[in-house]
Amino acid sequence: MTLAIEALNVEKRYGALRALAGVSLEVAEGEFFGLLGPNGAGKTTLISIVAGLVRASAGKVRVMGADVIDDYRRARRMLGVVPQELVFDPFFTVRETLRFQSGYFGLRRNDAWIDELVEHLDLTSKADANMRTLSGGMKRRVLVAQALVHRPPVIVLDEPTAGVDVELRQVLWQFIRRLNRDGHTIVLTTHYLEEAQELCDRIAMLKAGRLVALDSTRNLLKAFSGVVLRLRLDHEALPEGLDAELLARDADRFTLELRDYGALEQVLHRLRESGASIRELELEPPDLEEVFLRVMARH
Amino acid sequence: MGSFPTLLYKELLRFWKVAFQTVAAPVMTALLYLLVFAYALEGRVRVYEQVSYAQFLVPGLVMMSVLQNAFANSASSLIQSKVTGNVVFMLLPPIGYVEFFGAYVLASVVRGLAVGAGVLAVTVWFVELQLAAPLWVLGFALIGAAILGTLGLIAGIWADKFDQIAAFQNFVILPLTFLSGVFYSIHSLPGPWQAASKLNPFFYMIDGFRYGFFGTSDFPPFASLAVVGVSLALLSAICLLLLRSGYKLRY
Repeated sequence: MTLAIEALNVEKRYGALRALAGVSLEVAEGEFFGLLGPNGAGKTTLISIVAGLVRASAGKVRVMGADVIDDYRRARRMLGVVPQELVFDPFFTVRETLRFQSGYFGLRRNDAWIDELVEHLDLTSKADANMRTLSGGMKRRVLVAQALVHRPPVIVLDEPTAGVDVELRQVLWQFIRRLNRDGHTIVLTTHYLEEAQELCDRIAMLKAGRLVALDSTRNLLKAFSGVVLRLRLDHEALPEGLDAELLARDADRFTLELRDYGALEQVLHRLRESGASIRELELEPPDLEEVFLRVMARH
Repeated sequence: MGSFPTLLYKELLRFWKVAFQTVAAPVMTALLYLLVFAYALEGRVRVYEQVSYAQFLVPGLVMMSVLQNAFANSASSLIQSKVTGNVVFMLLPPIGYVEFFGAYVLASVVRGLAVGAGVLAVTVWFVELQLAAPLWVLGFALIGAAILGTLGLIAGIWADKFDQIAAFQNFVILPLTFLSGVFYSIHSLPGPWQAASKLNPFFYMIDGFRYGFFGTSDFPPFASLAVVGVSLALLSAICLLLLRSGYKLRY
């Protein structure tokens, strides 16, 4: 199977600063892949190297098998990038912007697809408006349309929902999910971890230019985040020998962390044995935020 | 050739959408120069026999407008794209560096020639002109505009902010054009200044261009053509090398 993106020991140095310190990762075709990390971790640098905007100091990057330096024309045709910054050319209308972007890829009779993009992204009423007059959300939609104008098999979205309202977020994710179902590979960076958890099949975490975690979302949740159990008992003490870690307590209220859902049975069993009865019970599923914080704290 | 026609069209449309600023305003400026200088100096300066000062001045003004506007086009377009960040839309697609160069320089040539034609069209109402060798006029206008379009592109690549472009424009381009014999013949200058003028490549562009109108010039036109031709080749080579290396565009 072709790899959508292949990064091998990618390094980027700016003088003494090492923005990327030898990152290797692979994204399979058709994946929905998340790239997470705190600010300054190197996510945008890595994406920029994949897109050919920044040149790696060392290492190799391929997009759908095409080297981003040696075979840059093919690599760039395979890739659509939605940049993080809300950039636009104030001289032109939405339609002109999309036609130009299409023409830069050598596609000059592309109006049917441009119309489709405009319609799917709810831009029809603004198609002939100057970019300057658009709201931030509308500009973001145009950025997405620009990235898709040449139907790239691999789409990179660099924090596409930063500062975006709920409605646009929904429209955007619906659209991106559909593209993923249609076979497009999606690479996403975001600070909204619930979005990443919901959307991504696999996740890579970067910290200070290093890859600190790379696994399926499910495995990461399993490995780094337990199930949180909140209990209210008729006792002010927990029975001995519970297979759970006590995170917090407040009188008869206890917050416990279970390794997994299987541990719940043992906890309930011990409570029954000790004669304690449960007044309230609440279970919180594992979440990526917890995983993220733990991974970052560990490295 | 894939991206070239679109990038060229984008660059042409960009200046055409603000044609008042990019075409009409420089034509007006040149007309004011003509009115003021021709009125002030008519009868006091005679460069060639049979050629009045106003007649002498017009080709210089036309060429000066061609050169300044060719420079302004590529320089301001690229620096605007860099400062606002929309240059990314041209860096993400597979646009080759030769296509990039060709589109920016050709659009600059078109703007330079459009302004030059505008200045000529307006000034012929005031000054009667002959056209002794039109091919020289066209040749020098084309090469001159290409040189300045290339210089503008180099400046746009190098600069990080508008201020640096303004510095390049006001401290390099403007003095070189003003001191190139637009308003006078270098033969009227004292010896050392004459020699200094001959080091100014803009002098050869103006002088060669003027030869096309009057069939006479300060310097032999073929020699001027060689100077501007070599200048264009050198600057193009530098610009293409910068673009190929991604200097200040791809970090």
